[in-house]
Amino acid sequence: MTDLASSEQITPQGNSAFGFIRKHMREYGILLALIAIMAFFQVVTGGILLKPVNLTNLILQNSYIVIMAIGMLLVIVSGHIDLSVGSVLGFVGALAAVMIVNWEVNYLVTAVVCLAVGAAIGAAQGYWVAYFKIPSFIVTLAGMLVFKGLTLWLLAGQSIGPFPRQFQLIASGFIPDLFGAGGINLFSLVLGLIVAGVLLYLAVRTRLHQQKTGIVDEPFAFFVAKNTIIALAIVYMSYLMATFRGLPNVFIIMALLISVYTFIAGRTTIGRRIYAIGGNEKAAKLSGINTERLTFLTFANMGMLAALAGLVFAARLNTATPKAGLAFELDVIAAVFIGGASMSGGVGTIVGAVVGAFIMGVMNNGMSILGVGIDWQQVIKGLVLLAAVIFDVYNKNKAA
Amino acid sequence: MSSDTILEMRNITKTFPGVVALDTVNIGVARGEIHALVGENGAGKSTLMKVLSGVYPHGSYEGQIFYNGEEKSFRGVADSEREGIIIIHQELALVPLLSIAENIFLGNERARRGIIDWRETSRRTRELLAKVGLTEHPETRVTDLGLGKQQLVEIAKALSKEVKLLILDEPTSSLNERDSDALLDLLMEFRERGISSILISHKLNEVSKVADTITVLRDGSTVSTLDCRRNAVSEDHIIRDMVGRSLSDRYPPRDPKIGDTVFEVRNWTVHHPVHSERKVVDDVCLTVRRGEVVGIAGLMGAGRTELAMSLFGRSYGVNISGEALIGGKPADLSTVRRAVAAGLAYATEDRKTYGLILEDTIRRNVPLANLEAIASRSVVDERREAEVAEEYRRKINIKCSSIAQETINLSGGNQQKVVLSKWLFADPDILILDEPTRGIDVGAKFEIYTIIRDLAAAGKAIVMISSEMPELLGVTDRLYVMNEGRMVGELPTAEATQERIMSMIIKSAG
Repeated sequence: MTDLASSEQITPQGNSAFGFIRKHMREYGILLALIAIMAFFQVVTGGILLKPVNLTNLILQNSYIVIMAIGMLLVIVSGHIDLSVGSVLGFVGALAAVMIVNWEVNYLVTAVVCLAVGAAIGAAQGYWVAYFKIPSFIVTLAGMLVFKGLTLWLLAGQSIGPFPRQFQLIASGFIPDLFGAGGINLFSLVLGLIVAGVLLYLAVRTRLHQQKTGIVDEPFAFFVAKNTIIALAIVYMSYLMATFRGLPNVFIIMALLISVYTFIAGRTTIGRRIYAIGGNEKAAKLSGINTERLTFLTFANMGMLAALAGLVFAARLNTATPKAGLAFELDVIAAVFIGGASMSGGVGTIVGAVVGAFIMGVMNNGMSILGVGIDWQQVIKGLVLLAAVIFDVYNKNKAA
Repeated sequence: MSSDTILEMRNITKTFPGVVALDTVNIGVARGEIHALVGENGAGKSTLMKVLSGVYPHGSYEGQIFYNGEEKSFRGVADSEREGIIIIHQELALVPLLSIAENIFLGNERARRGIIDWRETSRRTRELLAKVGLTEHPETRVTDLGLGKQQLVEIAKALSKEVKLLILDEPTSSLNERDSDALLDLLMEFRERGISSILISHKLNEVSKVADTITVLRDGSTVSTLDCRRNAVSEDHIIRDMVGRSLSDRYPPRDPKIGDTVFEVRNWTVHHPVHSERKVVDDVCLTVRRGEVVGIAGLMGAGRTELAMSLFGRSYGVNISGEALIGGKPADLSTVRRAVAAGLAYATEDRKTYGLILEDTIRRNVPLANLEAIASRSVVDERREAEVAEEYRRKINIKCSSIAQETINLSGGNQQKVVLSKWLFADPDILILDEPTRGIDVGAKFEIYTIIRDLAAAGKAIVMISSEMPELLGVTDRLYVMNEGRMVGELPTAEATQERIMSMIIKSAG
């Protein structure tokens, strides 16, 4: 047909470098923003930011935000929100403390029970959201109050600690150096190299697949530049940390979660369906997708990850306090939106949310080093969140 | 320019990055005439009206607009409204939970020093409603009105702003025949009173019924201006101008090969989800045979969509009773998944709300109802996904830049093709198509009819719900007529006429 011919003329010219940047402004923008912010603080702090000890700290400090941002991304993509995660984190930390310190339960048993309790809490909230169509904002606002209260009750207003050594290692341990070379943790460096290698291999493989099916979008120069930067960054970071004490255990947990959930979100039928629900729940339902069950599972998953974050946080502080997790939900939600997720659902990536969390983390860390007060830190973080979302909306309007 | 020309747009050119949307378009509207603007989707009708109303402000286009003999440069919709140019868009701009009166005077409240004068508001509303033939109470909430009446409220709102040039974008696309007729009568009444109107419509029978002049746009240019007062203009002539080729036949020829009954519905009754004592579908029986296209005719609100959706995984209604048989055996249609597994598919009448993930690509929309087929152990094979989408893009001619295009940017006809692709990929035996050609242009309609024909030829059983009787007569083998939730007639299409169908509906109501 004549129209087909004309439509095919449009296709190949569509992926000029400039057009591509405009279309993917968001994805590159967020990564560039993180690099720019890190560079900025590296300079103004006189090189402290990327000192091995500080870098390690930065990762430890943000681990629980990153873990929760992964779950929150799925919740927000499915078109909902979870305000209770901070309280659940606090509650699970308190539960762990009571079990380990007061009842002297084995720490592994405690961890398993705590994760199950977290999943059950998420499931209980998800049940009302999914099957009774109660707005998630309200259900989880209630959950936030309930678990804040239960934390206080469980701890009787006191702090409980300290934890046994093995439990602390979750958050403050480092992977052992299997090679036992002195001075530098060689095993960590090798791990970094392996991860970078695997990522490069996957990227090249995907690109070859795309070429075969003729849906290559990204200009070659971009593909090379992006993947080189990511690989070099990973190798450099692991080198830096190797010169300190090696890769923290939490870092490994985070890396595993990020890769597993990126795969689930992007490549599995469950992931596809969650995005479809967030994009258009009615259409998803009429396509035979069990929207209720998936929404329910998304919340249960969020609860479990909040519990994991609770364990990490309690282990890091080496104590459970009634104030643990206060206002964490705000940082987590901000990270997800800075990372490019849409308030109305259906849009967002795990990697984006993680980068968003690190943008917040680097700013916290950098400003603390500079001695900026907590007052102005809040102001600046708020403005960054607003700017990121304005940038999003502006781009979207321009594209339309 | 003669004094009885209210509007003249000269050499309007409007470009978007990389696209010329309008190319030296000319249009002149005489005072007190009904001027129809027709063209395929994407021909530039809406763009032209946006230029006129100031949505695209002066300076963002080339050319001149003369209104009442003066050159105008509108900078926004407020400017054009002040001059009496009012557009009523296809998607109504009413606030559902506010009353008729509040909607009519929204942004234009009858108020003194910020305090609303409700007596005056109510009195003026009554006057305006009388002019459009409505007797509703001004405090009725808009959501409680039918679509036809909502459309009339929009017109009353336009009248409240002292309209001189009324522009209606597809006003009857979601109205039934009776409401459409009432609306067209109203336009003719306005003509008597000297109000000019521009009517954008795909329904050529309406256009030829009321229009004094027809301007045809194609690919952003004026193709012809037809004067209907001097001599009658045939629909075929208009279509020829619109599509640039002669559609010798509006429906593809077919040679039906009809087999055994595959789908049978017995005594199907469905109650309203909120007012559960009300029967929306009442004791309906229906059979469809392999290779057969069965039409369901009826007015808007006859219960056809409700019948289809209640069959498809009980997606509508409560207290559903009755039997559904596929291939002679009772079928489990209790959830959408089970219905799909049993071989049923339903392509919705409302593509945007129920059919597509608009902010997602064609590639991801097409396999959505059958993800398992492109996945192994729950992991999606993206290569297979792209192949599937590409296959359907070629097979049913989805016009797009690539399968990576988001469906929100497609025209109505192509969106419909994506919805069809989704269901074809689920490989059903029985397809229920609900208003498959609503709001899409003549060329794309022909393509959809061809798809339907080919599906039937491949042995599928098709149920087609449509409010456009000519299309039912042109495409189907057998017709059911539905009214107020009941089947009130069944006849072979060969024996059917529009008059016979209408009389079945009217008799059943009496």
